[in-house]
Amino acid sequence: MFKRFFGGRSGLTNLALLAILLFAVLPLSLDIFRLNLVGKYLTYAFVALGLVVLWGKGGVLSLGQGVFFGLGGYCMAMFLKLEASDPISTKIQSTPGIPDFMDWNQLKALPAFWVPFKSLPFSLLAVVVVPSVVAFIVGLAMFKRRVGGVYFAIITQALALILSLGIDGNQGVTGGRNGITDLRTLWGWDIRAQSSQYILYFVTCFLLLATIVGLQWLLSGRMGKTLGAIRDREDRVRFSGYDVDLFKVSAFVLAAGIAGVGGALFVLQVGFISPSLVGIVPSIEMVIFAAVGGRHSLLGAVYGTLIVNTGKSLFSETFPQLWLFAMGGLFIAVVVLFPNGLAGIWDLARRQGWSKFVRAKAGTAAADAVGLASTLSANPAKEGKS
Amino acid sequence: MSNTSFLLAIEDLTVSFDGFKAVEGLNLYLEQGELRVIIGPNGAGKTTVLDMICGKTRPTAGSIMFRNRELVGLREHEIVRAGIGRKFQTPSIYENLTVRENLELSYPRGRTVLGSLAFRVTAEVNERVGKVASEIGLSEQLEIEGAFLSHGQKQWLEIGMLLMQEPDLLMLDEPVAGMSPPEREKTAALIRRISAGRAIIVIEHDMEFVSRIADKVTVLHLGKILAEGSMAEIQRHPKVIDVYLGH
Repeated sequence: MFKRFFGGRSGLTNLALLAILLFAVLPLSLDIFRLNLVGKYLTYAFVALGLVVLWGKGGVLSLGQGVFFGLGGYCMAMFLKLEASDPISTKIQSTPGIPDFMDWNQLKALPAFWVPFKSLPFSLLAVVVVPSVVAFIVGLAMFKRRVGGVYFAIITQALALILSLGIDGNQGVTGGRNGITDLRTLWGWDIRAQSSQYILYFVTCFLLLATIVGLQWLLSGRMGKTLGAIRDREDRVRFSGYDVDLFKVSAFVLAAGIAGVGGALFVLQVGFISPSLVGIVPSIEMVIFAAVGGRHSLLGAVYGTLIVNTGKSLFSETFPQLWLFAMGGLFIAVVVLFPNGLAGIWDLARRQGWSKFVRAKAGTAAADAVGLASTLSANPAKEGKS
Repeated sequence: MSNTSFLLAIEDLTVSFDGFKAVEGLNLYLEQGELRVIIGPNGAGKTTVLDMICGKTRPTAGSIMFRNRELVGLREHEIVRAGIGRKFQTPSIYENLTVRENLELSYPRGRTVLGSLAFRVTAEVNERVGKVASEIGLSEQLEIEGAFLSHGQKQWLEIGMLLMQEPDLLMLDEPVAGMSPPEREKTAALIRRISAGRAIIVIEHDMEFVSRIADKVTVLHLGKILAEGSMAEIQRHPKVIDVYLGH
């Protein structure tokens, strides 16, 4: 049992290292502004964890995980917005008691689908259930028809576009491009206070670690082996009597539910949500987090998310225009040189011993550089002639 | 057709791909415990017949009754659970898993999503894995990853994975392709051993191998049955000699 939850002694050590980093090192060394940023990154890590299950294990690449992050986030934000829109604080509106953006859009009453979000238990449930149900419907429709690979990736990407455009175009009921802003309290508890930000950070860390332990258990059992087998030999699994389609649907639903939790924690810590966080670009960024960290490794995905986002913050503060190029370059570099990401480098290095590893990698990198240089120098010559 | 004593009764089976009839009006009956070999030149429709039995290809017309239950229209995993195991032409095993894990994953429990969560490797599973491993001659290789097996061992492992499911009908597509003569001999003995108590359909080209295992041989040509009978009858059959065996 112990082995399945924590992955044996080395797994436990790695998990403990991450816990120390998240619970002690970062809170003690960063101010609340930076710590809040880390907390925000960790909410993306939930999405990356889901991608490890879906993509790393199951071999199904989704480029639309931002959809589920966004749905979770919007479910949370709707509750918070309704709480912030009580009749007293909205008394200057022409219709008091409804969210401000509805009032600007001349709505006279709360739309029916907003009403249940007055309840916190309902909203918390919806954070997980809404993304899961959407993933179930989309997954069932795709996988039963044997849509997979690139086609599935494209369809999930289209889904991300549809959702972000849909939110954008229905300002009256969704808050439109501005998103849902000015969120204040959770059942009367001010989420903007510094003490709340600390608490929310720790809640995020705790839920993240709990998710890792849960997924570790799941992946170490027959479910994990079956998903890996489906990735490598789908037909053999199918003709061994497994309903492969349902396994894929389950992985997709699981990844979506986890992403939804991340989205809700994002909203609680950052205090708003907008369609720019659920569209195509963030969805692809989340895939990059998982790829950089190592799509086969749960812990790798967390580190990948932290490192890429820290890089993004530092880099984009100094060279805002160059960030997207740097990110694209990083993605290509990881895929070409280290297909298993940071976790792959870590494993390889531990197995071979660091010094040998550095020498070997330096050797191949040098060879690659020479090869690249000769290709680059050869090409202009050819073009010059033609 | 009403109830029969046949294990498998295929009638008027036809499939066409874009107008080309790969299999046409095929009738094939298999007794309980029979070992049938299907031979025929390339493109005769042999693999297509297996594909239709196991649900990979949907027939255009006809019926496939297995223990008096219609298979046409069932989904692949349902057909497997009905008791039919299929080995593919190229060895199809999980290369990243050990031989033991390959066999465990083929154990017919925990094959639903929820079942997979509750599945535990019990003593019973281990016993079966051990028994099958010794049957296919891989007892020493249990902890080795599939990728490191030789070609012949991979073929045997896949047969072992099917045996884990204890199917009533086993379908083997070219089980000795690419094997050395001693490996072929071992495979022939293995197939004879495992045919006790179950029916087997084998697709094969190697006539010497066929003569060693077959109860009955069916010759397919251009999607139709050319001849059916014992090995000796087939080898004397003038049409078979003409299109397939040669003079």
